[in-house]
Amino acid sequence: MTHADMSGAVDHRHWKRPPFIKRAWLRWVLYGGGLLYLVLAIASVEVNWIRVWEGLERGQRFIEGFLVPDFTSRWEDILQGMEESLTMSVTATVVGVLISIPIGIGAARNIAPLPIYAVCRAIVALSRSFQEIIVAILFVAMFGFGPFAGFLTLSFATIGFLAKLLAEDIEDIDEAQAEAVRATGAGWWQIVNYAIQPQVMPRLIGLSLYRLDINFRESAVIGIVGAGGIGATLNTAMDRYEYDSAAAILILIILIVMAAEYLSGYVRKWVQ
Amino acid sequence: MTMTDLAHRTWRRRSTKKELALWLGWLVLVALFIFCWQVMTESTIWAFVTDAPRQAADIGSRMFPPRWEYIPALLEPLWDTLNIATLGTLLALFMAVPVAFMAARNTTPSTRFVRPIALLIIVASRSINSLIWALLLVAVIGPGVMAGIVAIALRSIGFVAKLLYEAIEEIDAVQVEAVAATGASKAQVMDYAVVPQILPAFAGITVFRWDINIRESTVLGLVGAGGLGLRLQESLNVLAWPQVTVIFILILITVLVSEWVSAKVRHAII
Repeated sequence: MTHADMSGAVDHRHWKRPPFIKRAWLRWVLYGGGLLYLVLAIASVEVNWIRVWEGLERGQRFIEGFLVPDFTSRWEDILQGMEESLTMSVTATVVGVLISIPIGIGAARNIAPLPIYAVCRAIVALSRSFQEIIVAILFVAMFGFGPFAGFLTLSFATIGFLAKLLAEDIEDIDEAQAEAVRATGAGWWQIVNYAIQPQVMPRLIGLSLYRLDINFRESAVIGIVGAGGIGATLNTAMDRYEYDSAAAILILIILIVMAAEYLSGYVRKWVQ
Repeated sequence: MTMTDLAHRTWRRRSTKKELALWLGWLVLVALFIFCWQVMTESTIWAFVTDAPRQAADIGSRMFPPRWEYIPALLEPLWDTLNIATLGTLLALFMAVPVAFMAARNTTPSTRFVRPIALLIIVASRSINSLIWALLLVAVIGPGVMAGIVAIALRSIGFVAKLLYEAIEEIDAVQVEAVAATGASKAQVMDYAVVPQILPAFAGITVFRWDINIRESTVLGLVGAGGLGLRLQESLNVLAWPQVTVIFILILITVLVSEWVSAKVRHAII
């Protein structure tokens, strides 16, 4: 090969970025299918533009409500809703954590025997696959309207979240420490108490605080189906077209969530 | 210290002071719990609570057998639910990507002015549940699928933007430098050094959020935003429990399938 040939070959070669999906036919099938789906999906969305046009005025009133939120005229209702939401979240988090600790220990393969592991994993899966709203509908039907149904819903949801993460944490612990405690002749309880608990405790506290935050946010929603809390107040305000009161409630929710996030970051730093 | 003193000491994990502080902390927690419990249960009618097992048995007996003939009426709402989740996720991506680039420390145009605004958008979007967004949007643009799509989109912005900007902040700066050293323009650096690094994370986040959105869009209909929730609301209003059972089962299957799909896709990407 002469020098001229080589430089010619190099000139014609252009670096091309490798495609995201390597097999060409699969790539085109996926792209084509995606495009077809998009066309069908967008075509099936019916929009009543007259209704949207009429709604714009309401949207404007809503934004005005945000600029001038009305805390005073429904203050009693807002206060009661917030009180319900906050107490509901605290009690549900405490009870949920207390229940999920034994279930989490049972769902960790490295310390639980197989039958117990299976039962605990089943409880976790059950709790995680049903949404809070659906659980709330059932609990409201059973226990009647009010915060008690909400408390039960949030406790139930906490179990799935916390027990799963706790179990994964226990499975990830440093085996050497457990081995060391076992070598002193410790029993099962002593191993859990001295080798596992100190390793997972900081994370457990962090996760509990995070769950408290989630529970408060959820408590603002399950009220819509009658399970008490600020969601019920919000729903009523929307039904009465009192957008300024609704805006006040939303601002309070955002403020509390932000405060909780800030506080939990601080506490987690302090615990670790 | 004499030998006898040492012999009497047993090993303890914490000093006395720390132990006292710990006990005080637990005491405060218990007191807080009791206080909250009392406030919460003030208006609880305990007769209803003790009656609950009977109610549960009653509802259970009404829910079975499920009314399977109801399934054909659910196919269209199911399609709507899938569309709400998918189109909502896509809409969210369009809005979340610029927000993420504005929020990431290494790509933001201004750390002092633009970044706080982007972070505020993220926090506001994340603290309001999609059901509440739907409640607002149904009032503004009327009931239907459209309100659901926008609700899902507004809710997802914060989630997608937060995870994406964290991914952008974690990129390998050496690659960016290497591309910049070839004399590439700012847009080319973005295209060849930044985007390829975050693309897998981006795809993973998208599928993850889509999976969550399927869950959320199944119940948006409860406040009038279309999909399966609408049928759920109708069936609950007329106490048609056998239909409610069918809807629950369908929701459960949909959620499990979407979870499976998202796990498969994420596995293929990472």
